[in-house]
Amino acid sequence: MEAADALASAPKRSVGRRLADLFHGRGWLQVGGLLSGPLAWLVIGYLGSLAVLLAAAFWNVSALTGEISQTFSLDNFKTLINDSVYRTIAWRTVRVAGLVTITDVILAFPIAFYMAKVASRKAQAALVVAVLMPLWSFYLVKVYAWRTMLSANGVINWALGPLDLHGPGYGITAVWLVMSYLWLPYMILPIFAGLERIPNSLLSASEDLGASPFTTFRRVILPLSFPAVVAGSIFTFSLTMGDYITPELVSNSQFIGNVVYDNITNNLPLASAFAVVPIIVMVIYLLIARRLGAFEHL
Amino acid sequence: MRGRTAGRPVRAAWLIIVGLAAALFAAGCGSSSSSGSRNTDMAQSVGKTEGQLNLVAWAGYVSNPWKSQFEKETGCQVNVKVAGTSDEMVQLMRTGQYDGVSASGNASARLVDAGDVSPVNVNLVPNYKTIFPDLKDQPYNTFDGTHYGIPHGRGANLLMWNKDSVKPAPDSWDVMLDPKKAAQYKGKISVYDDPIYIADAAVYLKYHQPDLKIDNPYELDKTQFDAAVNLLKEQQPNVGEYWSDALKQISAFASGDDLVGTTWQYQYFALLDKGKPVASSPASQGFVPKEGATGWSDTWMISSQAAHPNCMYKWMNFIVSPQVNAEVAQYFGEAPAQSKSCDPNTLTAAAKAAGLPVNTKFCDQYHAANPDFWKQVYYWETPLADCGDSRGDTCMDYNDWVNAWTDIKG
Repeated sequence: MEAADALASAPKRSVGRRLADLFHGRGWLQVGGLLSGPLAWLVIGYLGSLAVLLAAAFWNVSALTGEISQTFSLDNFKTLINDSVYRTIAWRTVRVAGLVTITDVILAFPIAFYMAKVASRKAQAALVVAVLMPLWSFYLVKVYAWRTMLSANGVINWALGPLDLHGPGYGITAVWLVMSYLWLPYMILPIFAGLERIPNSLLSASEDLGASPFTTFRRVILPLSFPAVVAGSIFTFSLTMGDYITPELVSNSQFIGNVVYDNITNNLPLASAFAVVPIIVMVIYLLIARRLGAFEHL
Repeated sequence: MRGRTAGRPVRAAWLIIVGLAAALFAAGCGSSSSSGSRNTDMAQSVGKTEGQLNLVAWAGYVSNPWKSQFEKETGCQVNVKVAGTSDEMVQLMRTGQYDGVSASGNASARLVDAGDVSPVNVNLVPNYKTIFPDLKDQPYNTFDGTHYGIPHGRGANLLMWNKDSVKPAPDSWDVMLDPKKAAQYKGKISVYDDPIYIADAAVYLKYHQPDLKIDNPYELDKTQFDAAVNLLKEQQPNVGEYWSDALKQISAFASGDDLVGTTWQYQYFALLDKGKPVASSPASQGFVPKEGATGWSDTWMISSQAAHPNCMYKWMNFIVSPQVNAEVAQYFGEAPAQSKSCDPNTLTAAAKAAGLPVNTKFCDQYHAANPDFWKQVYYWETPLADCGDSRGDTCMDYNDWVNAWTDIKG
């Protein structure tokens, strides 16, 4: 009987056991096995596509057929530098991204502070849901809703009509408004998380030591929550930099994303070269953010 | 000790990442580009059908009932990929996944010169004989005497306006392009968002500034091109919206945000169906703006990598058969390519089959058999450096058009 049992379980053991034996004591194999999937995804899917993008930026297209010819040249970058329109577009994109970020900080901070420090447990949960709610609905629906509201006969002009005022209509102001709305949750949530981590005892201590509420805010809350603000700003800034559908729907202005999109079928190399611009801007932004200590509390 | 053992896998992982990225980069650099020469392999006979057909087409070109009728008759199951722009069509055809395409003139030359499509043996397409003669042997379907496709149908781009607000009814593109007149509708003008729109400005200048000596609005030398681009830069502050998405334009006209603009039959009919107060100067009213208009003449082409060539030949013959061509033309709102489609009985049968109102005057309204009308319609072409005349290689090519279009929009 025992021998039969051993025979029956022998093949079952050998598969799992042999694998276990293989991995036993070989740390590099364990780490490698665990990481190979995510690493392959990161390298092929993410870095690989970036590498191809960067390579394409140095190619050219044949004017006749629109085919890509893979010869190295810096022509695309020369075009971007010499044609003033590309500088205008890049500067417009960065400017709006900055404006949206500042707007969202100003709007998000009081909301996040109320959620983290003032609201009751129940109210806090309700507010978190309320902040997340817009993220449940489809992006295009939200932008189209704003497009309808901002229209000449839309609800904004209707509401402002009795005051003899006029809404912004379509344009850069509209882009700024819509983007500020779209990315606000991405700013509120990190600040909320950052503020929640500040112990209430610190605020009490500051008050006990005679600091006015403003001083407490300036000397205690702001320095402690600043990394969270910077973390949120990375979201709002990069999301604004990369969006092209909102400018398309509520303005006539071109952003970096629009130019990339328009050129991607006709002139992929030029689109690639222009796509390098937001990468550079974001790298600079992240370096500054790191200096400000934004990554110490992620 | 601990630090060293933990450090090694991390460093190894970095080496792998950098190594693979470099390999990918090299692979990207080294991958071969396509041949870039014309394909000359022409089918000599149509054999047994393959059971499948993959098409790239404009919206509405491959629809029921004629799609299912074709499937029943030939046993070729049709899979259609709808494309929104000519550039998209070119890209799709380059994948080699499709058997054929309904190419407009600004895609056909690119497809032929890159070797993406094969010549078509018109003897294997019996219905080709009765296609309107002024659609045959045109520069967008015949290259150096070789046929590369079967004409499908044609139409003119429309000037559309809100008839409650734009009075009197405009008879010229000046309502959009003359800076003084366009300023009346500042922020209410709707413009097609595609570099090919520069040709619309050239059509306007051809009429209003004869000293520029513009002949073909797609063959513009530097002076002519700059004049057209400057006209559009003057237009830019008056533009309410640049559209490439037909639905976006429909919503802007429906809400009254835009009052006048260039459009296609599709949006015009959709707005009429919604009861919106739009009017237009379409071919169906025997009227294009006095300068003429840009337009399209589409051609069915066969891929040089077609996996189902026999089904594709069957399709090219089927789509220009009298009743089917009448169906698609009435459904889409364009002039048919097949002369026999204009027979009143055929038009009636086709309208009934496609569930449309019977209109026996359809071909007259769309000027299907009136070559003179089409002389003022400039079908989309790909702008090339070669002007095609004594000026030589001094014309602005499509890359220049694309760059200028970015510049115009600012």
